[in-house]
Amino acid sequence: MTKPLVKINNLSKRFPKSNGFALNNINLEICTGAITGLVGPDGAGKSTLIRMIASLLLPTSGNVTVNEFDSAKEAHKIQSIISYMPQKFGLYEDLTVIENLNLYADLKNITGNEKESQFKRLLKFTDLERFTSRLAGDLSGGMKQKLGLACCLIKTPQLLLLDEPSVGVDPISRRELWTMVKELVNDEMGVIWGTAYLDEAEKCDDVLLLNEGNLLFQGKPDKLYERVKNRTFQIQNIEGSNRKVLTTALTNSKVIDGIIQGRSVRIVTREESVFPSTQEIDSGLDSRIVKVAPRFEDAFIDILGGGPGGISLLSEEMLNIPEYKEDIINVNCLTKAFGDFIAANNICFSVKQGEIFGLLGPNGAGKSTVFKMMCGLLKPTNGTADIAGYDLRTAPGEARSKLGYMAQKFSLYDNLNVQQNLNFFAGIYGLSGRKKHKKIEQMIKIFDLKQYLETSAGDLPLGFKQRLALSCAVMHNPPVLFLDEPTSGVDPITRREFWVHINGLVQKGVTVVITTHFMDEAEYCDRMGLIYQGNLIAIGSSDELKNSVRSEILPDPTLEDAFIELIKAENLQRQALK
Amino acid sequence: MNVFVILRRLKGLIYKETLQILRDPSSLLIAFFIPVMFLFLYGYGLSLDIKDIKLGIVMEDTAPRAQSLVRSFMNSKYYDVRIDHNKKVFEKQLIAGKIKGILVIPQDFSKKLQNKEDIAPIQLITDGSDPNTANLIQNYTRGVWQNWLIQESYNRPQNQPIGQINMISRVWFNSELKSANFIIPGIIAIVMALVGTLLTSLVLAREWERGTMEALMATPVTIVEIILGKIIPYFILGMISMALTVIAGILLFEVPFRGSVFWLLIMSSVFMFISLFLGLLISTVTKSQFVAFMTSLIVAFLPTFILSGFLFEISSMPEIIQLISVLIPARYFVLGIQTLFLAGNVPEVFIPDTLKMIAFGIIVFLITAKVTVKRLD
Repeated sequence: MTKPLVKINNLSKRFPKSNGFALNNINLEICTGAITGLVGPDGAGKSTLIRMIASLLLPTSGNVTVNEFDSAKEAHKIQSIISYMPQKFGLYEDLTVIENLNLYADLKNITGNEKESQFKRLLKFTDLERFTSRLAGDLSGGMKQKLGLACCLIKTPQLLLLDEPSVGVDPISRRELWTMVKELVNDEMGVIWGTAYLDEAEKCDDVLLLNEGNLLFQGKPDKLYERVKNRTFQIQNIEGSNRKVLTTALTNSKVIDGIIQGRSVRIVTREESVFPSTQEIDSGLDSRIVKVAPRFEDAFIDILGGGPGGISLLSEEMLNIPEYKEDIINVNCLTKAFGDFIAANNICFSVKQGEIFGLLGPNGAGKSTVFKMMCGLLKPTNGTADIAGYDLRTAPGEARSKLGYMAQKFSLYDNLNVQQNLNFFAGIYGLSGRKKHKKIEQMIKIFDLKQYLETSAGDLPLGFKQRLALSCAVMHNPPVLFLDEPTSGVDPITRREFWVHINGLVQKGVTVVITTHFMDEAEYCDRMGLIYQGNLIAIGSSDELKNSVRSEILPDPTLEDAFIELIKAENLQRQALK
Repeated sequence: MNVFVILRRLKGLIYKETLQILRDPSSLLIAFFIPVMFLFLYGYGLSLDIKDIKLGIVMEDTAPRAQSLVRSFMNSKYYDVRIDHNKKVFEKQLIAGKIKGILVIPQDFSKKLQNKEDIAPIQLITDGSDPNTANLIQNYTRGVWQNWLIQESYNRPQNQPIGQINMISRVWFNSELKSANFIIPGIIAIVMALVGTLLTSLVLAREWERGTMEALMATPVTIVEIILGKIIPYFILGMISMALTVIAGILLFEVPFRGSVFWLLIMSSVFMFISLFLGLLISTVTKSQFVAFMTSLIVAFLPTFILSGFLFEISSMPEIIQLISVLIPARYFVLGIQTLFLAGNVPEVFIPDTLKMIAFGIIVFLITAKVTVKRLD
């Protein structure tokens, strides 16, 4: 029998020095025997909630009980029956695998035969037997994550708290972890799995959807799909530009949300079974509209009141980019070595004008290294990259004036306010006088920054940080845009809005190179390259990559399936070579 | 609560910390490099003794007695003497900082010296932009001058004034007046304050930064165990570092050690605990290695350096600063350890000082235990 494990009543949390509530009047119950997905964008309050259940934070009001123990008064009792894996896995990087396990065994009072048998079981379970004497800091992201899990399981907990265990880990390890945790869950144990990936949430037994400190939904994912039943469609076999079709569809009053999926466009309608005709969205005579299964994100957007629409003010204000006949970006055999470590190995590809090119791969695969070499921020050990005909090594100034760059985490000057950031970036891109003034005014209007002009960039909500970063990157009308993890952590509405701008810019002739670890976002790319351990192991459009792995076992692979298969094939090939 | 369970957790924490100390160069660097650097910098670089000070002597009088006076200056180990007949030359050199003082022996020097009624003046000009040296030159010159007078009167007993007071001074505890003898014990205090504070503040801040503290806090470990698990290994490391500094001080700088190891251990243990707890307190509040480092410098190093009486005499400071210095535990430790090195065992000094330090230790511990709750907010 499953039983209720965690009870939360009217729980609110407000941090000193912050205006709003990190958590606002939360009521919920979590049971054993299920994986409860805690889902939401960065800053939604996921970590705060997990920490409060682990009684590491005190409630501002309301209460949390775990197995009837109160988190404010009986922290010690709660901490004896839970295991918690924080975001960075909580491992000591200068201790070996076995030393980390020993420490946690001592802390949880597991000794003698019990310790022996647990270690044996866990090492086998996590497949870390061969690495017991390796330092935790030298493990790959996936192995660290497994070791973190093993440390949590030395004493079988009644409640396992995992805070974003799959961030920065390659897709194969993500799936392995999921299978492992799935195996663990039984009637005596509950699991809370925090994640920002909505596709991960779909697989959970039970889901808690958080946004800005509010609990939007609790229940089985199926129940959430009820909301959007018969409202999700795919427009297939589109003639001409799929981006134009998306823009038209989003301006149609019957449609509340839409995204690009390879060559197709996926839409969510306002009402059940009422969708626009192919004429209305101008998708061509041969195109067809097919009903598809709803996804978690559709429901999330629907709860939030629909997407942002299809018009990008930014692209309307932007000048058309003159046509460039040859490939606008050429990357020739770029290699970067840091000492013995080869971060990027002989990477070659080219990008046409008006294309969105995605660089994909797990953290540490080398995509940022390639990216930085392309923008001239990092000197390649070997090879060249040119942008609009300018070699980054011989004419870095000219090449750079052709590109706009949005760095990871939106690197803005946190101590400067929004107005000062805009002034600064306009200045370094060579705008001055009336032109500068006009451009800044334009950006403020387009991105709705007026209310925050006096706010320090560091204190901005994440979504506005992203807007400001984008506005700083496009102020000088660059023909090429480099975006490094531009939507990491932001909520789906802000992500939609961002893509509306990017689609608009691309229609004006801007070329975009982007890195991301969201698979559904990769679908927006015309073509993409998969980088794995420094090598470009596959390149092509989303449909091409999917087709390359299609088999009897995988008749309809997702992009993530495709990546997992491609990485597996690469690993096999390497083993064979050895 | 079972004692064995607590001991096992503590053992786990201490073992882990020891492994980290041995593998991570930064704590070993703090424990062994800082003492060596300070010993060399201050032991060799900072000397308050004067030696070979460049002094220009203007000989306007060249009579034998004037020459005899100049010779006693030349024989003094304190001075490096140059002679000229023209004052102008030395004035230029003094302005350029090439010499530190000018001594003028006036034309009528021997004549006035002969005449019992008259005073025979000599003029000393010093460079006031360096008041410390100027003072020293004044004192040493007076010394040389007096010695010479006495010598002169022995040579000519008929000239000896009746009833002249003859002062014989003796310096106790540091009879050679070697500055290393009191600087080195002071350095030991500074090194211990800095090393102790840095060790704990950096390692704990590192645990916060790497997220391991959070993982630790969600286990059944109690906060006292976490604190002890940090303090015990770093106490041992800090004491090894202290012992090395003491041994190096004795061997390299030939500083006498007149007290007992017993009192050294008692006083330095108490002081080391204060430093370690201060470090814990800093890192708990700052939670970042960089801020913890800067705070340690400001909180541990500067007050110890300036207000402990190690270099700067507390009794000559303004009263308000003197009052503040009462709150600097290093003040008691510096006094204690200097006494221990130079004078020997003086329990009358050690016991009250140690008690005051223990009081400080308890206060810092209580604040640390209060601030370091097993929570993130």
